[in-house]
This record gives sequence, structure tokens and C-alpha cells, in this order.
Amino acid sequence: MSNIDDLKQELARTVAEAGDLKTLEAIRIDALGKKGRITALMKDLGAMDPDARREAGQALNVLKTEVAAAIDVRKGALEDAELESRLAADRIDVTLSPRPETDGRLHPISQTYDEVVAIFAEMGFEVAEGPDIEEDFYNFTALNIPPEHPARQMHDTFYLPEKEDGSRLLLRTHTSPVQIRTMLSSKPPIRILAPGRTYRSDSDMTHTPMFHQFEGLVIDKATHMGHLKGCLLDFCKAYFEVDELPMRFRPSYFPFTEPSAEVDIGCSRQGGELRIGAGDDWLEILGCGMVHPKVLEYCNLDPAEYQGFAFGMGLERIAMLKYGIPDLRTFFDSDLRWLRHYGFASLDVPTMSGGISQ
Amino acid sequence: MKFTFSWLKDHLDTDATVDQVAEKLTMLGLEVEGVEDRAAALKGFTIAYVKEARQHPNADRLRVCDVETKDGMVQVVCGAPNARTGMKGVFAASGMSIPGTGIILKPSKIRDVESNGMLCSERELMMSDEHDGIIDLPEDAPVGMSIVEYLGLDDPVIEIAITPDRGDCLGVRGIARDLAAAGLGMLKPLDTSAVAGTFASPIGLSLDKLAATPDACPMFVGRYFQGVKNGPSPDWLQRRLTAIGLRPISALVDVTNYVSYDLGRPLHVFDADKLQDRIAPRLSEAGETLLALDGKEYTLPEGICVIADDSVAVGIGGVMGGEVSGCTHETVNVYLEVATFDPIRTAMAGRSLGIDSDARYRFERGVDPEFLVDGAEIASRLIMEFCGGKPSEIMIAGSPPEWKRSYGFRPDRVAELGGLDVPEAESLDILDKLGFTIGKSGEAISVSPPSWRWDIHGEADLVEEVLRIKSLDSIPAVSLPRDQAIPLPVLTLKQRRAATARRLLAGRGMHECVTWSFMPRRQAELFGGGADHMMLANPISSDLDCMRPSILPNLIDAARRNAARGMGDVALFELGPQYAGDRPEDQSLMATGVRAGLAIGRHWSGGKRPVDAFDAKADVLAALAAMGAPVDRLQTDTDVPDWYHPGRAGRLALGPKNTIALFGDIHPRVLKALDIDGPVVAFEIFLDAIPEPKSKASRTRPLLRASSLQPVERDFAFVVDEDVPAEKVLRAAKGADKALITGADVFDVYRGENLGAGKKSLAVSVTLQPVDATLTDEQIEKVAGTVVQAVAKATGGTLRG
Repeated sequence: MSNIDDLKQELARTVAEAGDLKTLEAIRIDALGKKGRITALMKDLGAMDPDARREAGQALNVLKTEVAAAIDVRKGALEDAELESRLAADRIDVTLSPRPETDGRLHPISQTYDEVVAIFAEMGFEVAEGPDIEEDFYNFTALNIPPEHPARQMHDTFYLPEKEDGSRLLLRTHTSPVQIRTMLSSKPPIRILAPGRTYRSDSDMTHTPMFHQFEGLVIDKATHMGHLKGCLLDFCKAYFEVDELPMRFRPSYFPFTEPSAEVDIGCSRQGGELRIGAGDDWLEILGCGMVHPKVLEYCNLDPAEYQGFAFGMGLERIAMLKYGIPDLRTFFDSDLRWLRHYGFASLDVPTMSGGISQ
Repeated sequence: MKFTFSWLKDHLDTDATVDQVAEKLTMLGLEVEGVEDRAAALKGFTIAYVKEARQHPNADRLRVCDVETKDGMVQVVCGAPNARTGMKGVFAASGMSIPGTGIILKPSKIRDVESNGMLCSERELMMSDEHDGIIDLPEDAPVGMSIVEYLGLDDPVIEIAITPDRGDCLGVRGIARDLAAAGLGMLKPLDTSAVAGTFASPIGLSLDKLAATPDACPMFVGRYFQGVKNGPSPDWLQRRLTAIGLRPISALVDVTNYVSYDLGRPLHVFDADKLQDRIAPRLSEAGETLLALDGKEYTLPEGICVIADDSVAVGIGGVMGGEVSGCTHETVNVYLEVATFDPIRTAMAGRSLGIDSDARYRFERGVDPEFLVDGAEIASRLIMEFCGGKPSEIMIAGSPPEWKRSYGFRPDRVAELGGLDVPEAESLDILDKLGFTIGKSGEAISVSPPSWRWDIHGEADLVEEVLRIKSLDSIPAVSLPRDQAIPLPVLTLKQRRAATARRLLAGRGMHECVTWSFMPRRQAELFGGGADHMMLANPISSDLDCMRPSILPNLIDAARRNAARGMGDVALFELGPQYAGDRPEDQSLMATGVRAGLAIGRHWSGGKRPVDAFDAKADVLAALAAMGAPVDRLQTDTDVPDWYHPGRAGRLALGPKNTIALFGDIHPRVLKALDIDGPVVAFEIFLDAIPEPKSKASRTRPLLRASSLQPVERDFAFVVDEDVPAEKVLRAAKGADKALITGADVFDVYRGENLGAGKKSLAVSVTLQPVDATLTDEQIEKVAGTVVQAVAKATGGTLRG
């Protein structure tokens, strides 16, 4: 039996010493394979007498089981070690930057436009549009601004070349022509917002030759100046996201409204920072009024039956006020640094449920 | 319009403070632009007497002055060249701050001589820019008196903005009238008593030369003054004129300016000795010249209303008088003109000659047509008070133009239109105080505006007057009533699509720009624009003189500017209009984008590559899909405008005419002209061209039929001619068995000598989706055969051997 004990000790030693899975497999084949040493010893059992065979057979079975178990244990240990070394080799530097993905930005004018539209949609205003290159009639005459009127001088109009018939097209100086086109093409009740590009031949610190306006128009049989106030107050509170907002109507003059008013909202300017809301100062933000009876007549609406209000304000201006953008001219520079800084993420969609701005 | 508080009080009896007045003016629509309290900065400065001024022992240009001040004798070292013994000046004591310099005075030693306080110049007190010497007051100026009191500066100057409709408030009295109506005091009566004339004017007056155009100057009032002595006007008058920024000139001229600002009544005075025979206003002849009071010679166009004597024009009616016939200190005999000129003619005359004057400003906004004789009498009294002389009888030619009109007024309209309940009696009282005449017949009320209110033209104007005086602020705010508990969507399909495209492109890493609708003509020409009729007649600069035919030049230019700032890898887009012509239908809404530089920059993971046409194509397809365009039905061709690279750009269309989008590399020649280094790829999406989807009866989607059988992919390599587009091969492959084939795409393009010249190999993977049972090898082979046949038939392509 001593040779079995020797073999057992020898195998136990070589299994324990096996440095890798390949060596271990060779040991397994050498001991337990079809031609292995233990297998060979098993084959020898046949030549033994029954008693010796039983005894040797039991011993060999034990040996076989023990060796197989020792190999499995060693195999597990070697596999663990190999995984460990592979993991160590696969290590990455997680502080490196991921593959680049650029995120674009929406221009503040677009974001402000979406905010304004979302708020006025809540009050039932549709969005109306019209051409930038306009006829004199829609931009001036139908708005009760006859050719010699001093108000035309207030407008600094861009003109296109004179046509053969003496007429001149112009770039609209406000989006009011859209109001005229809407009144001429649809029946009251009308509630529209007319946002868009407008043009004045003016360029300095606070003026650009192109800017954006949005105007509102409500025409029906009962809307009065109190509604105009309510509508503008509701809008300004929602847009500037303040609960309390003092608002002041000052009489003014526009040829296309009567009565006309300029509107101030409350603000404070402490420490050079402008804050919209209750404060000790006023900030002018828009002009408005009740649609002039002559304008209604130009649009084939009977002023004895219909009335309503109109207002207009600058998109850039209210964007500057809300978001603290200091210089109007930078809106049109397409400077990537500016667009990244003042622009808006594509998923910042203004909604009344989720909030007008984040 | 400027005036002082005390001036206002000449017309308004009020206890209100200047702040209350300012607040009320703004709320009346006479917006206060500023209240200048000239006294505040000059508080503490007093009149002092220089008892002795002697040479400084250690400095040539300094003097040592013994100054008598309200607090006794003080020694002051002074550097002013005009400092001298016996003069009166303005003294600032130690410890006071000098407004013009902000320096706080301290007792000091100047070159070893003690100096306490300072004698000030006008600039140091911010009274003017004068700094040649110290203020030199008249001998009788009382020592110790506050300079504010002495100069009458204790009278705040109020500046208001007058809207173009309120010509009646271009005189202090009109402003006072509004304030009185608003309850801020009582309007004082105006003394318009007549000055008795003692002789007939030797200068005649006639409007006969305007018989054909009486509206040019419907009424003219004149008066001759004999033996006046023109000199400086009184201090109080000079002070008022100076306060509002006018320069006192002489008593006669100052009277005209004063009446203009006080009563809104422009006047003119001629040196009567320089007039021939008679005044006869007429229309100018073309080429006539006139040297005006501003010292410039004007060549008049035809048809301007001029004041003329029998030989020459002596003034431009309602705009400016002539220099030759103007009054000087030597003037002895004066002719006063008080006339009415047509607002439109006056505006056009002023505009065509480029003259802005106080008279034009008033006449083009409307001057009270009934206030000629009264104005003449008031001016007469002032002239005689200041200059003496004998007045002639007043001469009147013509009559006031027709201005009387009346409008029905329903007091309920104040509430119906204005949203403010005002009792009828109160409304009528307001109108009455503003000078309106109220007539009642039964229930009906008719209201006539006063002669000075050119802006009132109907009931809405009357409502405005009541609201204005009551204050618009008192109108209660009412939220707009909703006709739907839950508001309906309001955006049109196109508006929704624009919003979607914008957010999608930003989400794809592009930055949105907003650029001018105009651009330099030479750039427009590169992009199919620049026609004469698309030019601006009055551009702000030659760089912004042409309506844009495409947004691309602006975006490429923006990319160039950003590259110049070190940001060469940019992706920019704009959603806005472009103009193919000047008609409304020529304006189209575009989503236009530009990518320049590297699409993927240097990175440790590799992958660096420049932008190419397929970046632009990906943008287009993503945007079109997001906007709900029928992307599957789009045809691609290379029929692109010539600002694109002819071989690296494509057009997506629905039918041959309906271009939906363009994409690709910008033509190298265009890049060169725009001075930018490539590569630059671009796209232009025509939002108006995207068809509306068929309206669906319901939002229900068709049931999902997801097969439990695995799809099979089969790869093919087709050798086709170089000019066969991949799209054609894919269409043929997909069409080979519409029931089984669910997809096909090119996964490799190979060109090589072994294929032969002018050939390429497209590796196509075709996806088969079994429907009922797993496909047998036989079935798959059969479909594969159909695919090969279909591709061969459509393109002549063969399987690569």
C-alpha cells in the first residue's frame, strides 16, 4: 500500500505546486486520464486476489476522489488568481473625458418667444404672422398714420426702391401690419399675438436696425381698457414670475390706439441690480391702447359694434430684463461664447405646467 | 419742452409741491423726463467782495486776496487771471464741496501763503463750461447773499416729453390747463387786453398772393411799432430763457421766444425799416434763395410758404425768419408777425430744407388758430414794456381756418370702452375744465373741442380725455374672460414644426443664431440674390444693404468670426425668413445650418474627423423626421444651386419641383469669396414645402405585430457603375419581396482595379423578417435570387464574383 501513499503524497504536492491551469490539467491527465497513473493502478486490480483487490480498490477510490477534489480546489484558486490579474490589466483611468458630445443652445429670442406664446396661449391668443417686406398701407395708412403725419418721422423706416408706379415697399417698422391683415381676413372675436422681426433705421448703443416685437390684438364687442390692464398684468406676472407686480398706465399717444397708454412695471435698482417686482422705481415696458375707430374702419369693422385693445413690446427688451443680458447689440453677433452663456438647453421647453423658465 | 416751476405758477394757482406736479404731469401723459433742482448743488455758495488782491510773493500767476464774506474776512490764494481788487465773486468756504470737481476744500498753504476757501468759476459750479476766470458779479451784488437766491436758481426746471398729438402743451399755459383740470390748482386768468393803436401801420399786409392756396397761411396779424429801443431783456426773462436752455439775444427776440414757450404761440419780429412797402405771404419760386436767421443760405424749392415783402422773401413761414430783416440792437421800428401756417406744409418745408426750429416744431403739431390777436396783444405789451415805442393799429388779414366740430358723447362709453365708471356729471366737468364746449339736446350730448385741441376727432378721444384726467391708474384690472375652461392649442402646424426643428437642431449640438435680414449685396449675389429691387433704398450701412436670399452667408460669416476668435469647430443654425423677392409669397421660412471645422475633435479615444456632407444630411433627416415630413418618400438628387459643391451636395425633394431641403459642402469658390477656410458644410430646409400630413380620424395607432421569429440578415456585394446612386440599389433590393424584406442598407463601398474603371462595389445587407415560420435555406436562397435580379434590372449591377 505504500506505493499508493507515496503516489498520494506526490500528487498532493504537485497539485499544490501547479502554477497555472495548464500545468494543473497536465497533472490531472497524468493521474486521472485514460492512461493516468491512478487509472493504471485501477487496471491492475483485476490480477489481485479478491481480498487484496477489495482493499486496494477502496484505497484507490479514496485516492482518486481526494486527488480530483484537490485538483478542483487548486483549479478554483488558479482561476480566481487569473481573473484578478486580468482585472488588474484591464484597469482604465476613469478620470479621462468621455467621447465628446456638443450640446447646442437655443437663442434667448427663441426661448423668450416660446415663453410669451405659452403664456398668451393660456389666454386663448393664436399666433399670427405676416411678411417682413410690407406695403405702406398695412404698415402706416391702415394704422391711421397718413403720409404727412409726424408719427411717420418717429418710425425711421427702411424703404425698398421706388417702383414704376411711384409706390415703395418698406420693411415693417412694427408687427402691427399683421393686426391689419388679420382683421381684414378674419371675423371677430379675434385674439392674436403677432410676434416677429421688425426694422428701424437706427443703430446705436440701445438700438439695432432689426429687432423683434410681439403685439397682441383683441377684438370683440365688449373688451375694454380694464381687460387690457388685466391681460398685461397677468402676462407680466407670469413672465417675470413674480406674485406681486405694481403696474402703472400712463396716457400716451399712438395714432392707432385711442385711448393710448404706456405701461410701467415696478422695480428696484439696489446695488446696480435691477429687480422686477415691488420696489421704489418704475420701468417702462410697453405701449398699448384701445384700437382706434379709424383703424377698425380701415379693416371693414364697424366701430359702433366692435372694439378691443392692442399692445406691443420688444422681445429682446423683456429678455434682457428677465435674464440680465446687458447689451442689445450682442443678440445679433452670433458669438459662440455669448450663445453658450445666454442660450437655453433644447429641453428647457417653457410650459405652464412645468414652469415658464427653469 | 422745458419750463420752471415758478413759470408754471404764473398760470397755475397751486399749493402743490414740485414733486406732486411732476407725478401728476406724468400721469396726465405729459411724461416728466427730469426735474432739475439747480439749487441743490449750489447751496452754501455766497457772494463775496475782494477787498484787496495783491501779487503772491512766491508765484507769478497767483494772487493773494482779502475777501469779505458773510462770515467775515478770509484770505484766499487765487490763480484766476481776472481776480482783482474791488470785484464781487462767488465764495466757497473751507469744508464745502465743489460740484464741478468734487474736491472738498481744506484750509491750506499755497507756496507758503495761507488760503481758506475759494473763489469759483462757472465751470466749477457746473453753471457752464466757462473756466477762463472766476465769476465776476455786478458791483451791486450784496455780499453774503446766497448765489442761488441772487441768480434765481431756486426754481426747479421741469422737462417733459410731449407726444406729437399735444401741440397745445408746447406752451406752459397748456400744461397748466391740464393740471388744473386734474385738480392740481386753478388756471389763472390770462390778460389779453388790447393795446390801443395810435396810427396805421406804414407797412401794408395782404394775403392776396395766396388766393389759390389759402390754407398755406389762412390768417396773419401784424403790428408796427415806432421808435423802440432794443437792448437786453429784463433779468427775470433772461433767467427763464437760460433755465430752459435758450440764449437771451435782445428784448425783441426774447419776447418772441418767451411767448412761444409761455403760450405756445410762435411770433416773429422784423426790423420794419428793412421791409419794402408791404407784407404779402406767397409760395416760393423754385431757386429763390433766403439767408435765414441761423446764418445759412437756403435755396428754396417751389411751393414753400414764404413771408415776403414786395421784392424778396423775408422769412420761411412757420419755420424761420430771414437774417437780413431780423431785429438787431439798432432796430428802431419793428413789425410783429403773428400768423397761422398749415401743419403739413410747415412740416414738409422744414423737412425739405432740413431746418428744425421751435416754430416749426409747434406749427407742425398745430397752433391754436384762434389765438392770433390775443397773442399779438400780449406780445405788444411786452415789447412796449421792455423797449418802449408806439404801437400801430393791429392789422388782420384772413381768418382762422375752420376748426369747429362736435361729436356725440355717451357718458356710458367711458365704462364700456375705458373700463372705469365715471358719473356723467364728472365726465362733463372734466371736459369743461379742459375747454370743451358741451351741448345737450334731450338725452343726447354733443361735445366740441376747443380751438387748441387739434388731436380730438371723435368719441374715443373724449373718453380718453376723461380717463386721462381721472387717471388711467384708477381703471380696475380685469382678467380676460376665458371661453374654454381648458385652453385649446393655438399653434399652427408650421409654427409647431418650427419650434420642433429649433429644439431638435439645438439638441444635435448646434447653436441657434439670429442674424440680420439684410447683408452685403456682394454676398447676396453669391447666393442667387442681389437684384436691384431687393436693395434697401436707405440702408444703415453698405454691409447691410440687400435683403437676404439665403441665411447661409450670415451663418458662414458668423462661423468665420468665431474662427477668428479661436473657435473654428462650430455648428450654427438659424430658423428664420429668407427673401426670394419682394412679394409676401416670396418670403419663406427656413431652417438653415452650417457646420465647420472638425465634426469630432482631437480626443484620446481617437475618431477625429472633419465635417462632411453626411453631417449636414443627418441634420436634415433628423429635423425632417421630427417635423413629421414623409422622409421615406424623399427623392435624393444632385440638382443643387451653385453655392454648393457640385459633387458633394444633394437635394431632397418630393417630386421634381418641390425641393424640401438642400445639403452638402459649400462651393470652394464661395468659401474663398467669404474668406473662410473649409471645410464648411451646410443645409437649408424649406419649412413651407413640407406637406401637411393627412389628417387622421383618430389618435389610435395600428396594433403592433411583433414577430416571435428571428429576422435573418443576408449580405450581398453588387458591382455597379460609378454613377449609380446607392439609393437606387437599395430601393430595388427592398422592392424585391415586400412581404419578407424589411430593410436594406449599404455597409461598405469599395473601388478597386479588380472591379474595372468606373465601377464600384456596394456591400448591402438585407433584412428578412419571417412571418409564419422560420425560413428554410431554400426560401432564403429564393429571396436572395429575387434581390439579385431586381438590382440587376434596376441598375445593371451584378453580384461581385
